[in-house]
Amino acid sequence: MNTLKNSIRNLLRYPSAIFGSLIILFMLGVAVYALVTIPYSEAVRLWRGGEDVWYKNPKYAAPAWFNFFTSKKQPVSFAVDTADGSMPKTVTPNDPNISTVDMTYSFDYQYDGFPQEMILYFNPTIIKKLPFVSVAWITPDGRKIRIADMAVDYKATFRFSQDPKLQARLHSENVMQALFADPQAKNPTPLKGKYQLVISGTTFEAGSDINAQFVFQGDLFGLAGTDLYRRDLLLPLLYGTPIALAFGILGALGTSLLTMVIAAIGTWYGGWVDELIQRITAVNLVLPFLAILIMVGTFYSRSIWLMLGVTIVLSIFSGSILTYRSIFLQSKESSYIEAARAYGASGSRIIFSYLIPRMIPLLIPALVSAVPTYVFLEATLAVLGLGDPVLPTWGKVIDDAFTDGALYQGRYYWVLEPAILLMITGLGFALLGFALDRIFNPRLRDA
Amino acid sequence: MRLAKYTGLRLVTLAVTVTVGVYLTILIANMGGYVDTIMRNEVRDNITQSIASNPAYRNLAPDVRAKLIQEKIAAEVDRLGLNQPFAVRSFRYLTNALTLNLGRAINMTSNDGSKEVRLILLERLPATLLLTGTSELFLFFASLFIALSLSRKYGSWMDKLTIALSPTSSAPPWFYGIFFILIFAAIFRILPFGGLVDSPPPTNPVAYGLNVLKHLILPAFSVIISSIFLSIYNWRTFFLIYSSEDYVEMAKAKGLLPRDIERRYILRPTLPNIITNFALLVIQLWTGFIVTETVFLWPGLGITLYRAIGFYDTPVIVGSTIIYAYLLAITTFMLDFVYALVDPRVKVGSGSSQ
Repeated sequence: MNTLKNSIRNLLRYPSAIFGSLIILFMLGVAVYALVTIPYSEAVRLWRGGEDVWYKNPKYAAPAWFNFFTSKKQPVSFAVDTADGSMPKTVTPNDPNISTVDMTYSFDYQYDGFPQEMILYFNPTIIKKLPFVSVAWITPDGRKIRIADMAVDYKATFRFSQDPKLQARLHSENVMQALFADPQAKNPTPLKGKYQLVISGTTFEAGSDINAQFVFQGDLFGLAGTDLYRRDLLLPLLYGTPIALAFGILGALGTSLLTMVIAAIGTWYGGWVDELIQRITAVNLVLPFLAILIMVGTFYSRSIWLMLGVTIVLSIFSGSILTYRSIFLQSKESSYIEAARAYGASGSRIIFSYLIPRMIPLLIPALVSAVPTYVFLEATLAVLGLGDPVLPTWGKVIDDAFTDGALYQGRYYWVLEPAILLMITGLGFALLGFALDRIFNPRLRDA
Repeated sequence: MRLAKYTGLRLVTLAVTVTVGVYLTILIANMGGYVDTIMRNEVRDNITQSIASNPAYRNLAPDVRAKLIQEKIAAEVDRLGLNQPFAVRSFRYLTNALTLNLGRAINMTSNDGSKEVRLILLERLPATLLLTGTSELFLFFASLFIALSLSRKYGSWMDKLTIALSPTSSAPPWFYGIFFILIFAAIFRILPFGGLVDSPPPTNPVAYGLNVLKHLILPAFSVIISSIFLSIYNWRTFFLIYSSEDYVEMAKAKGLLPRDIERRYILRPTLPNIITNFALLVIQLWTGFIVTETVFLWPGLGITLYRAIGFYDTPVIVGSTIIYAYLLAITTFMLDFVYALVDPRVKVGSGSSQ
């Protein structure tokens, strides 16, 4: 207990250790938050979902905070719905059977670009007769543009850009420009100010109602942006955290512990056991690690946990077994081991209670420093197209972005967001491991 | 003489090691029967083709011909021993793999249209060797030079900076690659995004060479950056250990020139350690090159393997694994040989085991 306290006090003397621990704690916090707010099955469902899940989002939208850094402000996407009250709705009954439903949404438009698309989704309650709506658009300079008049069927959708009648009325193929442009300006520039969408509906029977959802797809979206399938990148960035941490920590823990135990067994029993372990290590060094992992991924399963298992198995007999071996060879000769042998301790007792505990100071820094390697390995596998088919991970985002040519097309956010998360995670563990190494192995401090 | 004996011994050990390694690869690949499928497909392709191209069979009725093909395939499968138990078959596959008889690809072809996996892979080898060779040589000499000069200035801010940067090596080369592409290709547009040469390639050989060199810069530097700081840190530590030896103090006391001390008394005894460290690094780097090639569209073995994953071309995947095993073994052997050259203990014979 005292040694632990001492170690922690020692640790606090290193700014890099504090910084590293803070990063790791933050990442752990994000991981817990992700796991609590998004259940596993929900994360998989959302990530694998298509248009039906993500229809509200624009494609290839950069994160909304881009506007803080640019002088030309791009429109930020939003969606409002009368069902949850984000778009106001008033129902006035005129007659036992006929009522008017007024839905108005006004928003302030202060951007320098035009949006990608605007869509209205109607969700009426129909008994027999279809309700009727007329949609109008009021610009900041007071022009009122008739958008559409239509009977709304169950699940009716109105896409502003793709309506031929509206295009004809506006004398323009580009509906978004026609609706938002300043009529006075020569080049199409958006008119800034308060726009109003007015939907007036009429229902023709008792119990009938209209709900509408207005989706405004700008060029920017949310905290993390979207990808080519309109998926919110916040999902994989958040949910990738617990996966990356689990992969990294389990990989490092499994590999280091097993390597150490095997090295200890080899040195203790010596003879053919030791010889065998050394031969396996030699063979393992010429086994092309990634190629074998690729083979397993292609032939058997791409599940991230199988990959992790194979990785651990292939990494046990690595170069570090030789390092541990040379240290065990030294401690095997120490007098406390001889004492244990004299009182008749069994082989396994000596290995697990005497040999290995002495190595813990060496093990802990090595373990922490090894975590980034495995965190990056997950991303490496994903970039090779061997990512887990169902899980949202950071590597999958980089892979999608690369396959889609994000860097050629200037969609840097798509690659940079997961890359920076990978980097921060790696940095946290590397800094802590580095400081731990200096605390537990002070001899190295001078050299 | 001793050198030859040592080298010979290492060669034999490695040959055994490679054989075992390749055998393991085959075992892993065939757990799902994939090697069997490769063999059977090859037999079927060959026989169908030879019968289709043989004028003697041209006038046969389709069903008779189909029957003939089936019989011939059965006979050939029998002759090749594909019906024997796996333990026997696996050794046949091993001989095939060791002699680079890697079967035929399912979808992929080499540049001149051959489906031989061996040809597909071997024609990619020069590009891979160009990238690995350049970056590893640069890495070795740059790290050696910088580590030596840092060990002279122990504790300076340069030294501290290198130590602080050494954890950067936990990120793989492709990771630096995407940042390099972003900065130098996408934003500044001074270097190409990827590939080996421009398209169309320059006709003048000098211009061609320069063009390849221009394409080489980014992938090579992402590999170098990803490992250089850790190597410098490790090697500088080796140098520091050896420069505090008594005989170095003695040499200083004798008044030898600092350059001579450095070369003869510090660099020389440290080299075996450095070579061992470098060998482990190079072995680990082979993995890094597969993804680096993919990210930079470098037409080497790595990207072939990546494409094979996409095409689900099992013979190419198994074949590249075997080629990589060979490459690893050759690398190990070459570094062992260099080790033997620089380690005086090998020549005088006190303990020829590393």
